[in-house]
Amino acid sequence: MSSSAPPYAIELKGVCKRFGKAEIIRGVNLAVAAGERVAIIGPNGAGKSTLFNLMSGRFGPSSGEIWLNGQRIDGKPAYAINRMGLSRSFQITNLFPKLSVFENLRCAVLWSMGYRYSFLKFLADLEDVIERVDELLHQMRLEKKRDTLAMNLTYAEQRALEIGVTLAGGAGVLLLDEPTAGMSKSETKRFIDLIREVTEGKTLLTVEHDMGVVFGLADKIAVLVYGELIAFDTPEAVRANARVQEAYLGSVPAEAH
Amino acid sequence: MEFFIISLLNGISFGLLLFMLSSGLTLIFSMMGVLNFAHASFYMVGAYLGFAVSQVVGFWAALLLVPLLVGLLGAWFEKFSLRKVHKYGHVPELLVTFGLSYIILELVQLIWGRIALDFRPPELLQGSAFTLLSQPDGSLGFAWGRAPLEMCQPLGTAICSLFPATRAFIMGVAILMLISLWLLITRTRVGLVIQAALKHPEMVEALGHNVPRVFMLVFGAGTGLAGLAGVMGGSTFVTEPAMALTVGAIVFVVVVVGGLGSLAGAFLASLLIGVMQTFAVAIDQSLGSLLLGLGVALSAEAQAHELMRFTVSKAAPLLPFLLLVLVLIFRPQGLLGNRYH
Amino acid sequence: MTAAKYYQFRPINVGRWFIWSLFALVLLLAPLVFDSSFAISMMAQMGIAIVACLSFNMLLGQGGMLSFGHAVYAGLGSYVAIHALLLLGEAGLPVPAVALIPLIGGLAGLFFAVLFGYVTTKKAGTAFAMITLGVGELVFIASMVFFIFFGGEAGVSADRVIGAPFLGISFGPGIEVYYLIAFYTFLCVVLMFAYTRTPLGRIINAVRDNPERIEFIGYDPQTVRYLVFMLAGFFAGIAGGMAAVLFEIVTSEVVGPIRSGSYLLFAFLGGVTFFFGPIIGGILMVLAFVMFSEITKAWMLYLGLIFVFMVMYAPGGIAGLIMMNLRLAMFGRLRELWASYLGLGVTALALLASMGALIEMIYHLQLGTAMGDEVPFLGMSLNTLDADVWFGAVFVALTSFGLFELCRRSFSRQWAEIQTDIEKEIKRRETS
Repeated sequence: MSSSAPPYAIELKGVCKRFGKAEIIRGVNLAVAAGERVAIIGPNGAGKSTLFNLMSGRFGPSSGEIWLNGQRIDGKPAYAINRMGLSRSFQITNLFPKLSVFENLRCAVLWSMGYRYSFLKFLADLEDVIERVDELLHQMRLEKKRDTLAMNLTYAEQRALEIGVTLAGGAGVLLLDEPTAGMSKSETKRFIDLIREVTEGKTLLTVEHDMGVVFGLADKIAVLVYGELIAFDTPEAVRANARVQEAYLGSVPAEAH
Repeated sequence: MEFFIISLLNGISFGLLLFMLSSGLTLIFSMMGVLNFAHASFYMVGAYLGFAVSQVVGFWAALLLVPLLVGLLGAWFEKFSLRKVHKYGHVPELLVTFGLSYIILELVQLIWGRIALDFRPPELLQGSAFTLLSQPDGSLGFAWGRAPLEMCQPLGTAICSLFPATRAFIMGVAILMLISLWLLITRTRVGLVIQAALKHPEMVEALGHNVPRVFMLVFGAGTGLAGLAGVMGGSTFVTEPAMALTVGAIVFVVVVVGGLGSLAGAFLASLLIGVMQTFAVAIDQSLGSLLLGLGVALSAEAQAHELMRFTVSKAAPLLPFLLLVLVLIFRPQGLLGNRYH
Repeated sequence: MTAAKYYQFRPINVGRWFIWSLFALVLLLAPLVFDSSFAISMMAQMGIAIVACLSFNMLLGQGGMLSFGHAVYAGLGSYVAIHALLLLGEAGLPVPAVALIPLIGGLAGLFFAVLFGYVTTKKAGTAFAMITLGVGELVFIASMVFFIFFGGEAGVSADRVIGAPFLGISFGPGIEVYYLIAFYTFLCVVLMFAYTRTPLGRIINAVRDNPERIEFIGYDPQTVRYLVFMLAGFFAGIAGGMAAVLFEIVTSEVVGPIRSGSYLLFAFLGGVTFFFGPIIGGILMVLAFVMFSEITKAWMLYLGLIFVFMVMYAPGGIAGLIMMNLRLAMFGRLRELWASYLGLGVTALALLASMGALIEMIYHLQLGTAMGDEVPFLGMSLNTLDADVWFGAVFVALTSFGLFELCRRSFSRQWAEIQTDIEKEIKRRETS
């Protein structure tokens, strides 16, 4: 079986995931075109993070196929998938706590810039790396915290660094898992503007609970309920979709937990 | 035939002793995430204290008292040292238990010296549990205790194989201990809390249970079990300062081969290694004799070469570690471990 | 992020060149200051220990890999090196060839690290530690069983003087071996430090901090660990090779669990969170084995107790303690602690003295009173049969321990206050 032409940035075909007897993802079919911005929404426990874990290679699907830019990636280890151009951020900040902001970003760019496992070159001599990291620091507005250890940053700064580390490698497909989790309304607004700015031109999939963010950021919305994709359409179409309305039944989706 | 049966029983008794140690270790690891490097040191303390206490109140009283003492020691260590290091992560926890093993070793050598102690089993256990008699006509006879001398060679016709009472005792106590442990964990309230804390310690604490106290209990119980094994092992095998290191290394192989965190795996691996060791020590076949038996012609020089003269019994101490390497290559999660540990 | 505190350090800008030149000078001039052959032999041993402990820390401090079997690589390096030395002597090669022996040891260490490392680095964390223990035991038992390569109980001996002196050097006198070892020590320390400044050296830090996240930035943590394991084995092998040249004999304890434990113990005591920590550890290791063992027979017990205490209260080791106090000094807050330090010091000394007395008496009793009832201790003569002496020692031990705990707690409180102030100050400086 091959990927449906034209090659989508990321495509899921009949993806199922079972943990023991519990079926978390039931036959999801999703095709995201390059450059599209998709928000994945759904009630708690719907399997959104699981979907991300499947796509990023944290674990493999029980059945089904996952394609990235026309290449099959299901079952591959996470680092292989990352090298093929997919990067993800985490809902619970997942950085390198004892390294500084600069070092966190530097580690994140090293592979993509070709320095691999080199132990014969000095980091201080790799000017292209330093330049790229400075660029990222500027983009994420973290210049002042260049030498601060990641564990000593404020929460919002850590979230910014989390995004920075995710895009540092230059991946074309970005998975952002609840990037604004735990932020206040004003912080969220600023952060979303930042995300929109730095992910210009990339394919973006975010898991989000804040509907304001979703409608402001996304070209398309995917609605996941109990492991099934019940809608994948433009925001207006999703808003009018009867099945979606039924699933939410007027209840406001929970804010970030 | 009788050699096979007796060796198998010996192997199983050794394996059960190993399981007494590895089960405590696995419980502590599953619950607290810390691999107690000093676990075999508590085994050693059990043996030495067993020796000392049995000199004062006799073996049987020591058998009851010493595990309690060792368990208390373990609980005390958990409360005052291990708990403080918990927040730093797993590596420091491992380091602190490593340090403890050092301290225990030095204390034992300080108090009792470096030479092996003459720790004998009590009168009751000094004989044989039973005897297997292999008659020349091929039949197999059985006698409780020691068969009368007239029946055994050279006076009689049968080849008599004895199964030591100490070994049978170990098997008995081990099985009893493990059944009661299983009952405790599955049938009592405390056991229920322990089972829950094994999987979700934070939730259990949120429900109001004193999880640190449960940890201390489990650690104390695990080390107490090691102490009990020590009293029996020290009197059956040997009581010397090196015992912690040698037994400890094998116990760690058992838990890795069985699968870190799996009790069933530890059980399987304990028996496997126990039986394997016991048989290997008794086999005097060498590589050379094997080749000769297969019909390969070897010159006198080749036969005298070290590699050809290398017997299985000489290799016996190596076997558990070879098994470890093989398991790691072909089945890294252990026999019954799960991949996602 | 973990709950334990982690202190941030500004890089101290004392010229790099200055420190390295100082180090080289110390290595060069030390034999002129401490010129007895005993001292020179000890300093040579220190060089070996420094390289061994630094190579160990490539795994633990920098990579989060706790190895209980590091002696395997240094020890096997020693064995291969001593066989090479034998071969060199038989082949009649000129004396300078001996200078290559440590390198041969290093290549042997590398070879075995490649061989065993594949299986060892398949797992991380606790499992890794257990595997290193297993492999260590395997090699140790093998070394006692296979005579041809390992030489059995007598070990393998060789003569490091393999020929006529070359330009006056034969490597016979201790001072010549010292300078060979000093050269390799300097080279290895420089190389291991340089490595920490390379991509691999940095990535392994990230693998240590968050092995899960590293996969999502393109790195396979297993490959990274395997590579670092190989490099650590290489440097350990060099240490082993140097030892073969110095001692001219290799026995199975060099691959044994006690040796592995020593590398761990002393590297940790020196401090695993800073590069120079294991250097302190290596020096301490030699001092302990050669000198402390003369002072008291229970020195290993003290070592174990200090080790456990450090894991609990000072996990950064001696290097960590130095750096933290230096940081205090830089913020001008060190002098406030003088009273606390004094209290800690005095109570600790009292505790050590009383414990020492008890230990010496117990040891004396255990050895049998064939040597009489009196034990010499710190210029006094203690009667082991006198209950008062026992009572006195126990009393002093308990009270000084109690007082020590009190001092430690008040010190902790004071320390924490100062640290909070310093952190506020750092934040203030950053945002201005």
